[in-house]
Amino acid sequence: MRTDPGRRSFLKRTAALAGTLALGGCDRLSETPWFREVLESAESATSRAQRFLLGSGPLAREYTEADLSPVFKANGSTSVDDSDYQILAEKHFVDWRLQVDGLVSHPQQLSLAELRAMPSRTQITRHDCVEGWSCIGQWTGVPLAHVLEQAGVQSRARYVVFRCADTLEPTSDGTGRYYESLGFEDAYHPQTILAYEMNGRPLPIPHGAPLRLRVERQLGYKMAKYVMRIELVESLAGIGRGGGGFWEDRGYEWYAGI
Amino acid sequence: MVERPTASIRRHSIMVRVTHWINAACLLILLMSGLQIFNAHPALYWGQASAFDHPLLALTATDSNEAGIRGITQILGHAFDTTGLFGASTGPGDQIWARGFPSWLTLPSYQDLSTGRRWHFFFAWLLVFNGAVYLVYGLTSGHLRRDLLPTRLQLRKIGHTIREHLLLRFPHGDEARHYNVLQKLTYLAVALVLLPLVVLTGLTMSPGIDAAVPELLTIFGGRQSARTIHFLAASGLVLFVLVHVAMTLLSGAWNNLRSMLTGTYVLPGGPHAH
Repeated sequence: MRTDPGRRSFLKRTAALAGTLALGGCDRLSETPWFREVLESAESATSRAQRFLLGSGPLAREYTEADLSPVFKANGSTSVDDSDYQILAEKHFVDWRLQVDGLVSHPQQLSLAELRAMPSRTQITRHDCVEGWSCIGQWTGVPLAHVLEQAGVQSRARYVVFRCADTLEPTSDGTGRYYESLGFEDAYHPQTILAYEMNGRPLPIPHGAPLRLRVERQLGYKMAKYVMRIELVESLAGIGRGGGGFWEDRGYEWYAGI
Repeated sequence: MVERPTASIRRHSIMVRVTHWINAACLLILLMSGLQIFNAHPALYWGQASAFDHPLLALTATDSNEAGIRGITQILGHAFDTTGLFGASTGPGDQIWARGFPSWLTLPSYQDLSTGRRWHFFFAWLLVFNGAVYLVYGLTSGHLRRDLLPTRLQLRKIGHTIREHLLLRFPHGDEARHYNVLQKLTYLAVALVLLPLVVLTGLTMSPGIDAAVPELLTIFGGRQSARTIHFLAASGLVLFVLVHVAMTLLSGAWNNLRSMLTGTYVLPGGPHAH
């Protein structure tokens, strides 16, 4: 086939120009609110599809001791600057109390010893970081469902909010303090536990001592460390920047099942 | 030799043309946003979990006073200096940064995992929806059987076709009415093997999907294996697109492009046409 050289170089120049525009344009589009909303609509499709598939409440795969990762990476905060927390840590958290409040009938103040006396669950599971890596660890803790039942969740409550001791990003308005939230599908799941032990030992500080959340069907950033307070709420507005979690306030999905 | 009037045929139905271009756009965006996601932890492993000391592939960087930042690519324990391309590269400004893939290959061009994920998952849904439309159409209309399933005669002559292809001698006249056997097998492999594989290994990286369909972990040997296979399948798609575009250009760029835009394809004349 005969190709007109003029046409060919025109096509070439057009393609190069389109390429440059597309690259810069995609960066700008990423920051355009209406386009961002279009992209973010995928989250509700994903969450609805996964809720449908997870309707019967299947468990995440559990592994054996042979599968335990020799090195379990500690990510996000690996220590806490807050002086109140440091005083608690020095005394091995004997004075630490987990506060359970908000839309509950019986607000609670639970010590580590009281949590340890409750029914426990031990599970060897895979921790999936949003960055792409995975580690396998053993976790022992009290099912969140048990703590919630003791507190008596009011019917108006829609979310379980976890308030943490660590500040991951220093901000003047306090929105850099770590927090997370769950809906009840995941809060009442049997593998959702408040873990006080990792690999058979008290939870180390880099992994969130004295208590961290495990939500085995979602990504690592949902699993708040250094949990100080559990608050039952009707709406996430007014907490942090309203996204339902530290990373959610910074563009990540609230539904972190993928 | 008798001059034959140019014969043109309807090569691609509107469904094939529309799904082809949606698919092409999705693949480009998924590739670039995928590399953005990869850059958040630019290493690949095998198995359920990450053995950080033994990656199959890692795009890392070293920083020393004498040499500055150098990009190092590790493949199966062998290290190569790939400064400027993998491990460390310039951009968006002139300064050299530690980053797995360079900024001109990622979406967004700057480091932003959450935005990369937003792009990736939106266009992953579009890819799956578009692919489903194509497959349902392909099966019900007979497109897959008629246009992509090789005939027995074609399969028997595959050696001859490979030879002709390597010599860049493309079919003419009536022979060009249908895809040749290499095209058919390649398109079938992409549509029925490579694309489903990239979707399934992508889903295996989801802790939610793993709880719902644990068989995926068994099939792909774990989440980290699935991530590696996802990367390899995506690399296979890139290789396919490079060859596909090259062949399209070599065998009549304008005619091929027009046939995928308007549907009309002019049968090439040449030494075989009398």
